[in-house]
Amino acid sequence: MAGTALPGRLKWWSGDVTQIVRETPTASSLILNVPGWLGHRAGQHVDVRLTAEDGYQAVRSYSIASAPADEQLMLTIERLDDGEVSPYLVDDVRPGDPLEFLGPIGGYFVWEEEMGGPLLLIAGGSGVVPLRAMARQRALTGSDVPTRFLYSARTADALIYRSELNALAASDTHFQLVYTLTRSQPPGWTGYARRVDADMLREVAWSPEDNPAIYLCGPTPFVEAVSEQLVALGHNPTRIRIERFGPTGV
Amino acid sequence: MTNIISRGFRGRRQSPEEARRLPPGQYLTERFPVLSAGPTPHTPLTAWDFSVVAPNGRSKQWNWQEFQTLPRETITTDIHCVTRWSKFDTVWEGVSLDTLLAGFVEDGQFIMAFCDGGYTTNLPIADVIGGKTWIADTYDGQPLEAEHGGPARLLVPHLYFWKSAKWVRGLRLLTRDEPGFWENYGYHMYGDPWREQRYQGD
Repeated sequence: MAGTALPGRLKWWSGDVTQIVRETPTASSLILNVPGWLGHRAGQHVDVRLTAEDGYQAVRSYSIASAPADEQLMLTIERLDDGEVSPYLVDDVRPGDPLEFLGPIGGYFVWEEEMGGPLLLIAGGSGVVPLRAMARQRALTGSDVPTRFLYSARTADALIYRSELNALAASDTHFQLVYTLTRSQPPGWTGYARRVDADMLREVAWSPEDNPAIYLCGPTPFVEAVSEQLVALGHNPTRIRIERFGPTGV
Repeated sequence: MTNIISRGFRGRRQSPEEARRLPPGQYLTERFPVLSAGPTPHTPLTAWDFSVVAPNGRSKQWNWQEFQTLPRETITTDIHCVTRWSKFDTVWEGVSLDTLLAGFVEDGQFIMAFCDGGYTTNLPIADVIGGKTWIADTYDGQPLEAEHGGPARLLVPHLYFWKSAKWVRGLRLLTRDEPGFWENYGYHMYGDPWREQRYQGD
């Protein structure tokens, strides 16, 4: 599946859901078999289209969770309670169902090793999805770009890919993983226990002199607050790439 | 491609008014989502100015106080984001590009809007004159918040909203069309929501 998504006309694809992984109480991963898929870049998204029997359609964007080097395409979807599409994708889709989507979309919020390091990935909630694609691509291609991954969620239950990320961190000394849980923490929790703030970033983010490539993804208030703190700490605004996630608007 | 029916999916039905006012592939939101690729710039009004620059270098400039003395209009309009949300009856105040481009419209066929933070977007001159576009500094009766593009943003309601560049600082006239920021990353050069021109090739 490795390949370069060339610019040009985007195409509607159809893939069968081969497997569904319940990641958290509100998020599921759909693994898709997509005949002819030409590959993507880590960080890109697709527009998923649902069609009702009477022809009514709804389309929403979801980040690709799999790495370009993965065999199968994976999307991870968080259910938004007032959402039109996400509750269907999280709760109603079954293995064997076909799914239509347009993509891969986006050329700015993408990571490739030659973009230089070190790398700083900062996720809020389900904003972890495209950053998982980047971390996974880095590991699968044997990249040793020094990487720090800061992942903020409300509770331990809400952490997506936790065991996978832990395994990545355990097997790679150039990959440092830091969690913060903002609402409640399990007994014996050793990570941070507050919202991302300037002190935390001073400890976890690279120094501005290292000129890290920064990818920040999460709900708007999260990415606004974190990006302001990064700029205030002296990080180069042009090295901070942002993708906003979650319900439409706040 | 024949559409595949999504087993059991019903979705939300649009009211007749929504169906009439929503371009293809859009849904209505009451919120005001934010979309930008980098950190929000915060340019103080004392450092803000707005420029119009012709290809030969001739230019005109307004500082914030001068900009405030220009004739203003109130605009109530629907807006459509390429990420598929639309919002009805948004209310803005701003200065028409007819006012700002007076004496410059013969200098090019296209403009490139440029912004704090490095964002750019391209538009045909014919699309920005004739009372269709503004530099807006007020939303819903309040100074435009930085998150939504303040102190001032371009307002081009008839095209997808990425053309309504936030934090805009000026317009460069071009004799030939050139891609701006998102247009360089595969988004459509023109971006008409009614023709669903989202991406290159649409």
